[in-house]
Parts: sequence; C-alpha cells; structure tokens
Amino acid sequence: MTLRTAPPDRPLTDRIRPEHEPYNLREYEKHGGYQGLRKALKMAPQEVTALVKNAGLRGRGGAGFHTGVKWGLVPMDGSAKQKYIVANGDEMEPGTFKDRLLLEGDPHQFVEGIAAAGYAIGATVGYVFLRAEYFLAAERLRKAIAECYAHKLLGEDIQGSGFTFNLYLHTSAGRYICGEETALISSLEGKRAVPRAKPPFPAQSGLFGKPTVVNNIETLCNVPHIVLYGAEWFRSISKSVDGGTKIYGASGKVKRPGAWELPMGTTAREILEEHAGGMRDGLKLRGFLPGGASTDFLTADHLDLAMDFDTIAKAGSRMGTGQMIVLDDHTSVVGMLRNLEKFFATESCGWFTPCRDGLPWTERILRDLEAGKGRPGDLELLQQQTRLLGPGRTFCAHAPGAMEPLQSALKYFRADFERGIAGTAPAKVA
Amino acid sequence: MTHARKVTIQMDGRSFEVPADSNLLHVLLEKGVDLPYFCWHPALGSVGACRQCAVTQFRDDNDKTGRVVMACMTPCSNNLRVSLDHPEAAEMRKAVIEFLMTNHPHDCPVCEEGGHCHLQDMTVMTGHNYRRYRYTKRTHRNQDLGPFVGHEMNRCIACYRCVRYYKDYAGGKDLDSFGAHNHVYFGREKDGVLESEFAGNLVEVCPTGVFTDKTYGDSYTRKWDLQQAPSVCAHCSVGCNTMPGERYGRLKRIENRYHGELNGYFLCDRGRYGYQFVNREDRPRRATRKNGHVETLSVQEATAAVSELLKGGRAIGVGSPRASLEANHALRALVGAENFYQGESKASAELNALALDILARGPAKIAAIRDIERADAVLVLGEDVLQTGARVALALRQAVRQEAFKMAEAAKVPAWQDASVRILAQDAKSPLFVATPAATGIDEIATRTFRGTPTDVARLAQEVLHLLDPMPAPRAPGLSDDDVHLAHTIAEALKKAERPLIVAGTGCGSRVVLQEAANLCTALAKLGKQPSVSLVFAESNTVGATLLGGPSLDEALARVDSGAADTLVVLENDLYRRLPAARVNAALGKLKHLVVLDSIPTATTAQAEVILPAGSFAESDGTLVNFEGRAQRFFQVFVPNNGDILESWRWMQEIGLAAGRDMGDALDALTAACAASAPALAPIVDAAPSAKFRIAGLRIPRQSHRYSGRTAMHANKDVHEPRPPQDPDSPLAFSMEGARINLPPAEIPIFWAPRWNSPQATITRFQQEINGPLKGGDPGVRLLQPDPAARPPYFERPAVLDHAGLEVVALHHLFGSEEFSALGEAVRQRVPAAYVALNPATADRLKLADGATAAFAGAGVTIQLPVRLKAELPEDVLGVPAGLPGVPTVAAGSELKPAGGGA
Amino acid sequence: MLTPEEIKEIEHELAHYEQPAAATIEALKIVQKHRGWVSDEAVADIAAKLGTSPASVDSVATFYNLIYRRPVGRHVIHVCDSVSCWVMGQTRLSDALQQRLGVKLGETTTDGRFTLLPICCLGTCDRAPAMLIDQDTHRDLESVEDHRLDAILEKYK
Ligand SMILES: Cc1cc2nc3c(=O)[nH]c(=O)nc-3n(C[C@H](O)[C@H](O)[C@H](O)COP(=O)(O)O)c2cc1C
Ligand code: SF4
Ligand code: FES
Repeated sequence: MTLRTAPPDRPLTDRIRPEHEPYNLREYEKHGGYQGLRKALKMAPQEVTALVKNAGLRGRGGAGFHTGVKWGLVPMDGSAKQKYIVANGDEMEPGTFKDRLLLEGDPHQFVEGIAAAGYAIGATVGYVFLRAEYFLAAERLRKAIAECYAHKLLGEDIQGSGFTFNLYLHTSAGRYICGEETALISSLEGKRAVPRAKPPFPAQSGLFGKPTVVNNIETLCNVPHIVLYGAEWFRSISKSVDGGTKIYGASGKVKRPGAWELPMGTTAREILEEHAGGMRDGLKLRGFLPGGASTDFLTADHLDLAMDFDTIAKAGSRMGTGQMIVLDDHTSVVGMLRNLEKFFATESCGWFTPCRDGLPWTERILRDLEAGKGRPGDLELLQQQTRLLGPGRTFCAHAPGAMEPLQSALKYFRADFERGIAGTAPAKVA
Repeated sequence: MTHARKVTIQMDGRSFEVPADSNLLHVLLEKGVDLPYFCWHPALGSVGACRQCAVTQFRDDNDKTGRVVMACMTPCSNNLRVSLDHPEAAEMRKAVIEFLMTNHPHDCPVCEEGGHCHLQDMTVMTGHNYRRYRYTKRTHRNQDLGPFVGHEMNRCIACYRCVRYYKDYAGGKDLDSFGAHNHVYFGREKDGVLESEFAGNLVEVCPTGVFTDKTYGDSYTRKWDLQQAPSVCAHCSVGCNTMPGERYGRLKRIENRYHGELNGYFLCDRGRYGYQFVNREDRPRRATRKNGHVETLSVQEATAAVSELLKGGRAIGVGSPRASLEANHALRALVGAENFYQGESKASAELNALALDILARGPAKIAAIRDIERADAVLVLGEDVLQTGARVALALRQAVRQEAFKMAEAAKVPAWQDASVRILAQDAKSPLFVATPAATGIDEIATRTFRGTPTDVARLAQEVLHLLDPMPAPRAPGLSDDDVHLAHTIAEALKKAERPLIVAGTGCGSRVVLQEAANLCTALAKLGKQPSVSLVFAESNTVGATLLGGPSLDEALARVDSGAADTLVVLENDLYRRLPAARVNAALGKLKHLVVLDSIPTATTAQAEVILPAGSFAESDGTLVNFEGRAQRFFQVFVPNNGDILESWRWMQEIGLAAGRDMGDALDALTAACAASAPALAPIVDAAPSAKFRIAGLRIPRQSHRYSGRTAMHANKDVHEPRPPQDPDSPLAFSMEGARINLPPAEIPIFWAPRWNSPQATITRFQQEINGPLKGGDPGVRLLQPDPAARPPYFERPAVLDHAGLEVVALHHLFGSEEFSALGEAVRQRVPAAYVALNPATADRLKLADGATAAFAGAGVTIQLPVRLKAELPEDVLGVPAGLPGVPTVAAGSELKPAGGGA
Repeated sequence: MLTPEEIKEIEHELAHYEQPAAATIEALKIVQKHRGWVSDEAVADIAAKLGTSPASVDSVATFYNLIYRRPVGRHVIHVCDSVSCWVMGQTRLSDALQQRLGVKLGETTTDGRFTLLPICCLGTCDRAPAMLIDQDTHRDLESVEDHRLDAILEKYK
C-alpha cells in the first residue's frame, strides 16, 4: 500500500482511466484507496462530521446544503437503534452526467465515501439508489462491493474497527422525482416515489421511519479525501468559499461537450471556452442553464461569474449540478422550453395540484407558441404560473425547478415568445 | 383534546384565542371562516397535497409581503398572523381550483354529486367562473366496482382522499392510485367488487362525483329535492346516526349523520345500503285477513277486527328487539303487562340480560365508538365485531394507531400531520388481541389471535384474569404453553395500557365469555386502571327491549302450548329466526288467531291470519337503545303514499281506542308512558325534544329551501296541491317552511350552511370543534351509568362442558345475517349462499369433502347444507351462519350430530 | 406462478430491507428481467410473495416508467427526448426510428422485434443525441444516416 506523495488537486478524477476498466480493489488500494476510511474509523464519528463541516463541503446533488450540517442533525445519543445512509445516484436531471462518470470510473472511491459517511452518522446500512439505465455503473459498483465484502471493507466489524456497515445497491425503475430525497426514500421503501412533507426531516425520520441521510454520489466521493488530507487542503483546492473541486460539464452545441473536474468557483467562461472549446463554428451563445434543466438561464453577460453556489444564486439562478446546457442562436428558445416543460410535466409524481395539473398546461401553451398558435394572454398566463408553481408555493422542489428555466427565459428572451402569438411567424426549431 | 396552552392568532383584523399548535385550518373552520380545502378531511388529517387552503402568513406587523402557506399544514403559534384576503393567497386559491378543473368534465347537470359536491362549493367560493384552459381534457375508463359504489374517473381532481380513507383509514386492500403525473387513476387493479365493508364511505369522502352511491344513482334525485329526517340505523346494535332521503314515496339513499361520540363521519355498508327493503313492492302494504282467502281490510276494519280478537282475554303479545321502545311498550299496554313477552328466545334473552347487567353494574366505562378509537390496548373476546357491529371494527383500526400517535407526540409531530405520523410510525401498532372461534377481518391488525370454542376463549380470558389478580382468580385448566404465554402477553399489554378496552358481545352465544369479559374489567379496575368495555348486541333495539323486559318467547309459546292463550299478537318479529321452526310451528298450530304487525314479509307473516302493515324505520318514529345504552330517537322520513302503512305503535293506539283503551294519539304519550314504566328508562323522554318543541313558533322543515316540484309532483293524480301530511309526533314538518337555524342536534334533518353543500364538509359548521360534539351536544341520552368504584364479585369459573357431538358456533355475515338489509337488491348481491362450516380434520373424520352437502341433526333441528371447510375453526365444531337466508335457526352452543342422508 | 429462480432472487432482495414490501420494485424488475414484462398474474404473485395486495403492487408498478405492464418486443429502444439531446437534434433521430420501424413512439413492431419508447435524459448529454437499446447505450447520433441506424438495429434480432 502506498500513499500518494502529494495531495492531489483533482482528487475525484485522479484515479479514473478514461475508456478503461476502473481500478479493482488491489489497484485502488495501491493508489491510496481506503486510507481515508481507515483513518476515519480511528476517529470519533463526530470528529469526522466536524471535519467535513470545516472543509466546507456542500451537497453536489443540486441544492448545495452543507454536508457536515446535515450529518449533524442525526441523533448521535444512542436513541436511534437503526440509522441509514443513502447515496443519491438517481441522476435524472437532464443535462447531468457526472455521477455516472464517477461510478463507472472509480466505484471504490464512492464505496469508501459512503462507508466513511455511514460511520460518521452511525449508520450500519447504506443503500445506493442508482438510476435504472446506468447498467455499466451498476455492474462495476456490484463488483466493487463484492470485493469489499471479501476483504472486510464492508460487512461486520470492518478492518477490526468494530464498525459494521452493509451496503446494498437498489436500481430504480425510472422516475425523475426519485431524485428528490424524500421521494427517493419512499421509493426505497418500495412505494410510489411521492415526496414527503418536512418536518420531520429525514435526519429524524427517514427510511422506514429511521434517521436517514441522503447524499449525492459526488458529495460522498469527496469524503475520503477530506478525511485523509484535511479541511484546509480541501478548501485550498477551491477557488471559492465552498471547499473542493466540482465536476463541471457542458452539453449542447459546443465544440467539445464533456465533464471536467475543476476547482470550485471556476468561471463559466473558462468552462465553456477553455474546456468545452467554445461554441461550434457559426453559432453564438444565447444563454445557458448553469446546472441542469431545473436552473434559471444565464446569458453571455454572466460568463465571468464564478460557478459556485452563492455567486450563481446572486445572479438569479442556481448552480445546481454544475453541468451547463448551452443554448445557441439557431435553436428555438420556445421549443427548448416546450421540451423542458414536457419533461417536468410527465415526470410530476401527481401528488399535488399545481405541479400535476399546472405543468401540462404550461407545456401546451408552449407547444402552441412554438407552432405560432399562441393567443393573447398566454405570456401573462405563463408568467402567472411561474409564480404559482414557484418556490414556497409547492410541496416539493420539482415544480419550482420546472419554473426556473421558464421564468428566466421569459425575462431574457421574451420577444421569442411574443413571436409565437398567432399571426407572427413561428419560431424555427433547430 | 388536551388542556393545551392558549395562543392568540390574528387573521385579517380578527383575533382568536386557540390552543397552541392546533391546526390553522381546523381553527379557521371552527370560527366559521370560508376557507376552501380538498385533501384535508377531519378524520384523515392533513397532507398538504391539494394546495387549496392557501393563506398568507406574515412574520410580524411590518411584514406586508408575507408568504403563502397551507393552512392545513400550519400549526398555530403565538401571534401567528395570517390573511385570507391577501391577494397572493386569494390568487393561489383561485388558481388551484383552475388547475383542478383543467381536466374536470364540467358535467354537473348529469352528475349525481351535483348539489352536494364539495368541488362545486369550492369552485364558487374561490370565484373561479371563467375557463381559460383551452385544451383537450384527459379521459379515463371507469370500473365496475360492484353493487354499491359507482365510478366516474373523469371527474377526479386527484385529492387522494379516497385512497387515504380506503387504505390508510379503513384498511382496504383493493383500491389504490395508479400511474403518475396528471394521469393518476384511482380505482381497483381491475374491475370487481370493492372488498372493504366500509367502501360506501368513499361516496362521501370523495369531494366530487367519482365515487357515487350506485343505489342512489340508479333512481336519482337531486339532494335538495330529498325529504329527510334524522334517523338511526336499523341494522345492528351500534345505532349509527343516519340521514335517509326520500322522494316520490321511495327511499333514495342513506347518508352518514355525524355524531361526535358514535359514528363520526363513517357508516358501514350494511348501514348505508341496507335501506332498499323499504322500497320493496312485496312489503305488507294493506291490512289483510286470511279467512280461506285473503281479504283486504281498511284501517278501521282492521283495528276493529283485532280489537275484537283481543276481547276474549286469551291474547298474548310478543315484542321485538328490532322494534322501537314505544312500539314494544304499546303492545305491552295493549295486551297487558302480564301477557307481554320479549321477542327473544330464552337463551338469547338471558344472554342479553347478563350483558346488560355487566354494563350497568360493572366498573368499566361503556365505550362509545370514540372511546374505542382511543383505546391503547384491546382484547376482543368471542365476538366477530366486523360482522356483528361493523362500525366497532373500523374504530378498532384506529385504536391500534394509538402507538403511532404516542410516537408522534414523542417526536413532536402533531397528530394531524397524517403523512408524517405514518412515516414515523410505519407499522407500529398498539396491542390488539382477537380471541374468537373463527377468523375475523381484524386479525390482520391484531398483535396475536387465538382460535377456540367459546369455552376455550373464556379459559384464555380466565388465565389473563389470574395474571391480573392471582389470589382470588384461579388458573385456567387445560391451556397449552403457547396459550399461557399468550395470556401473559395480553395481561402485560392490558396492565401497561392507559386506556385498556375489553370487547365482547352476545354474538358467540356464550355466557362464560361475557362473564370473563366482566371479570377482566373488574380486575383492571382493581389494578387502578380505568377500563372500558364494549359489548355488541344483536339488533338495533336489543338493549331497549331487554331493559323493557318480560318473559321470553319460549315462555310465550309454552303458554300457547298449554292452551292458556289462543291469540298471539306478534310485533315486528319473525319467530322463525328466534327458535327452531319445528318449535314455532308446534305452537302456532295450536293458536286460534295470529296477528302480525310488520314492515317486511317474513315466515311469520306468511302464517298470520291478520297482517297489519307497519312502517319501517323510515316511515315511523321511535326510540332505540344502542349497545352503549344510548337512547336515540329516529324520525319519520316520509308518509308512505302506497297503502295503509302506519307506525306499529299507532296501529296499537288505534286498536286500543277501538277496545276502549286510550294510549294517546301520538308518539310522545307512549314515550312518556314507557319512560315511566321503569326507572332505567326514565331519561328516554330527553333523547330528543318533544313534538311540541318549536323554534320561534316554527317547526323544522324536512325539505330543503330549494325543494322543487312541490306543486307539480302530484299533478298526474290531482292538479290541486294536496295538503302536506301533518306530523303530530315530532317538531319536524313535511314541508319546506320553518326554522333552519339553532336546531337541536337530535332534530337536524339537513346539514347545510350557506356555501357548504357537501355533507362531510358542512358538518364542520355544526361541530363545537373539529371532530368534537355537535353544537348543543351529541344526540341521545345514556341510560346506563356504571360506577367506576363498583367492584362486583367475579363470576365463577366456566364449567367444562363435554360435547358428544358437534358444538354449534354461530358465524356472522355483515351481508346476510341481518334481516332487513338482506331483503334489499344491492346487499342481496353480497350475501353468501347458505352453508355450514367444519374444520378440515373434522370433515375428514366425517368423510365430508369441501362443498359436499351434509345433514346434521339435534336440538330440534335438522340442517342439510353444503359444507365449507374453514381451517381455523376448532375441531368438533359446526359453524352455522346466523340468520343467513336458507340456514335454519339453531342456538349457538347446541349439539348436533351427523344425520346421514347427505347428498 | 413465480419461478423458483425468480423466488430465489426476490428472497435475496428481501434480505436487504426491514420490511418485505420494500422489495416491491426489485421484485417487479426481477420478473420483468425474466419475462420481458409484468402481467396481471405476476402482479398478484408478487403481492402474495411480499404479503401485500395486488392493488398496491400495481400502484407501484404503474408509477414507474421502466416497468412494462404490457408485453414489449424482444428489444426495447429508448430514445432520449430530454433537453440536451433535443438541442442536438433528437427529433430527427426519433423520426428516423419511427420511419424505419414503421411504428410510433409507444408501439411495437408487428414482428415483435422492437418496442420504441421515449426516455428521459440518459446521462450521456456530452454525446447527444443518444438512445438505449436493451442495455446498450448508443451515442453521438446527431447525424443519423440510414445506414448507420440500420447497422445498429442489425445487431438486435
Ligand atoms: C425534483 C428533484 C430531483 C432531484 N434529483 C436529484 C438527483 O438526481 N440526484 C441528486 O443527488 N439529487 C437530486 N435532487 C436533490 C436531492 O433532493 C437532495 O437534495 C440531494 O440528494 C442531497 O444530497 P447532497 O446534499 O449531497 O446534495 C433532486 C431534487 C429535486 C427537487
Ligand atoms: S377519486 Fe375523488 S377522492 Fe379520489 S382523488 Fe379523485 S377526487 Fe379525490
Ligand atoms: S387542504 Fe390544505 S393542502 Fe389540501
């Protein structure tokens, strides 16, 4: 077993060999794997949590909640006999493909992360909630888990530490809403993935009514590194107040779509122009969704903003998953919105009214506008819906997520919508 | 519920004092605020799904923006500031309705729900009156859900109340939500009869016209055209409060009538759908006399004829546990107390008397349905409550949730946060033990079950008794180790509970089971607990008839046998359901005259010389005493327009008059006389205000203020509008004019408030608090007041009976065992074919296969029926369905032997 | 009737959860893996195995996109219709597939070979448009010349 000589500055992807099989357990350990977990097991669980808090790790699932704070909500006084940690690998946010990369490329890193997280909150069972279509990731993860069981890195009394941790893989049957953490818990219980009211929060009463923490795959992958190299180091590899790196990405008509691990707070311009190679020839950037389908459009004016949670929030959007979807000037804005809202409408679980019945209406209006068959009043109606389905009005964050691209598109590209009112030429679809 | 701290909340310039952490929607509705809602239901709690109850909440006085919150999900904290009028909240409420209506078909003109539709009310309330949605609506295929419940899915607004009621509240398995997004579908996995015994409540729980009352829909009348009167269910001893509605001389439907302590918001399907017998054409409708041939008599001729028959002085009367106190009393007055007999076999009468005695003299609180729901440990002894007193079983389903509420309280989750409580508690249940001869529908929620003969059940209880009070109570003999362990578990659970409850009844026909139930109550009281008891009786007025007393039917027949009586007047009773046919025939053969008053055709009316057509519950008034000893008045819904049907007590008043005996000419006189006849009955006059009661000089109209066609409905017969019938028996009027506000709770014929037309919603306007008593108090008076300090001596240990043959164990059927309901078309479709049941080992020994027809004889009866194997039945037991059409009457506990001659 | 193999696999999953009903989704997927789809009968069998009711199993089955409650073809093609693929021209891909197979989205070819379904984002947005056939992801389908599509479909008999 060898330690890496210097702490890496791209810890998450350091051990990923593109287009190759991931490291097996032996190789992974040779490259410093499971050192983080071993170290964690020698610490008190609360120390691990404190470390993660100090490192400034914020959830990579989209909401950016402070991971250490979330863990700190779990009762540690022995009052709960059973606790759970759940990895959110549902990754159905359109435009997002980072967790897949991490699981396919380095499954052991994730297993190490969730085991350490489980230790920190006192969970003896972990579940990986993986979306159904990630067959390769599932296969590689299964293999990694089996290796760990065979080498006492999972199961009873891990490495003689007295800590027992069982990890099970659950593959989803497909529904975007499964990614919402309380819906995910319902789904793990074998039910319809309907979100739950908070309070009580999952940390008090989650899976099977027991204290539960749900964390994104990328979030968990960071944990071993933080334990191993410390909070200071984690903050040092970031360009922003939030610690660590981030798997950024870009899709759409850019020259080199892809995903890259970069310091947290890298600017949108750097991601787009340096890493994605800029727009395809002949196309201009009209706007971009900074972190998945459920984030507000930003425009070329925002390119110099640091892609971190607070900066992007201040600009009126959300960093979300940090994986940008790019809108070019040859693609119909209205068409793109219609596509987005159709997604949100069909992926509504059907539990509460504005989401279930409002989104299909939104989609139909957009369909009319796209076809140049809109009617006067339609834009006002859309505008009203962005308010009615917006934050604070809804049962969960699905509908507000659906409204984010719409409200921002109405703000930045209103003329495109106006052209869709009957009598004007239809906006051209790419 | 608890003596909570009070806080002040402010709403649009008004301020209210309310208990801390109470639910904002509850509070506002209690204050009479018109706040629309859908997914919330007072019995189901809050889930925050529909987003209809939006209000704006402000941080403090300076906060003018506020934020929109759901009232149903908001606990009241001190200085909570909310606004209904705030434009954002108002916009939200209007928009939610608009969203809900995008797929609703707007088919109110052809919808059975129209006029009592919560969705209509809420749409009007929010001011949504113009449709902006211009697209095609989604459509669904409907399902055939059986004879009770109609299905029209296009009307669904996806509030999820149906599944929350049916699955979560009533424990149903075969209704669910399917699909996702705006295609969600509510129904069964495929067409078929809804299995729950409480499916009918869907009709009222659904806020729109998806689930409708099929029997009502088949012969439909708008709600406001129904003539209604408060009534009491005639189909079992629980006495749920009902609201029957009539039009054109036909009973159209039964709805729930809220009673805070009793039925709450829900009925069982026997109670809701059992009414159809009232509309049967073959009911006795005119007085007849058989004299070689059947001649029809006028009312005068009939009264004269019967009074003539009574003159000989050799007439006796047999009363009925399904007739009102007044009717029974009138018969007793007519024939003389010394000639009056209870309409029950000796065995039943003794059992009833024992049960009543236990209730009256024990220390245990007599549990109302509400108390059952709150019990935190329950032991059911012998009684299959789902079949004999179904509403009790629904309450037991809530009782086992006490554990969940305790967990929620510990986690500071309010009890009304329905989804959160369920998530928190998962499958946690408080203890419930079911010890019965056959499997029951509540076994699945039981901690443990026990199967054995009634004697075995009593022995188990005796062992529990020994564990609760070892010194005087000896151990039970002959129990297996497993049973002893079970007894321990039960005893521990009862000891640990704050509100232990013992449930038993007369259904299994066993004295010893009742005695052990009583013993357990006494032992729990000795331990300083405050036990409750619930004993289920057989019929709607069994308790009343038992209080009235009199020798049994066996003694009446003996008197006929002896020749000491030659004329028998039978009141609303089919003697063939009481005693074996041979026994009844022997006596009737000796009679000179048999006079029967009844509302339905029976084996007894078939033998009668004179039949007097009696009013059913819907055509008469009277007082019934339910299983908790509550005297409740039911009122005449309509005057039958076909035939000479009269209240049975009115027939007797008329006959009495003809015979020169004045019993008054209206109900009140009889109620008063009956009350005077025994101290225990004295309070019955207070069950409801007397006929003289007026509000500002006005009567209470049975018809709504929108009742239509009054001047035209008889025009096919006579263009002159007939004088409406007069009602000398109650303050109610067969009219649409009169007092409508501040009605006494027992006399409310229509639950209606401006803007609130749907019954389950309107009711909040009539409650003192959500889920609490009606304003003015829940109807009825309790006749039995047990003394918590009472410590009656224990009943002796049960004797071990040796059975040579097969012991008859009564099996009960919600649909089939009860006389009235089985005569209705819809219920009839749910009645099983006649059978007897055996344990497979016993059947094997007797060489009987499942389905084979076999004969059994003994105790004066021969039963020849197909055999059904029931694995859970004890060996050497013959399960005989009680009261099921085609099954001969035989007393539980009788011994029968295989009689050969099977086919 | 569930096969012994299905039962074994379901029981393996059951061991992972505190409550049997939690294995509902797994059980549905196991049956579907073996039979291609989930029939009414299978729903009832799963319910019996897990101690729940057919209605509640079906309630779950009909909620999820990837449980097929009707028979599907030997191969299921899922074309991604989410935003990145749409921007990159998934409409053309989807049209081409419909034309070549002679079916509309949601339908099965008459020879029972393919069922064509839309699917949400496949998580391969950097190589859009994409589609999933059985368990294979096909990427970079921006310009779908017929011969390329044919070559892909060829592999699935
Ligand atoms: C509609 C919806 C979909 C979501 N989908 C995902 C997802 O696919 N993956 C994910 O990690 N988080 C998703 N989230 C966020 C989760 O609810 C949750 O915040 C996250 O898993 C927490 O992990 P983190 O704290 O590590 O970010 C979704 C949220 C919403 C409202
Ligand atoms: S059927 Fe009725 S109760 Fe059920 S969801 Fe639809 S509207 Fe609500
Ligand atoms: S009643 Fe409050 S959200 Fe439905």
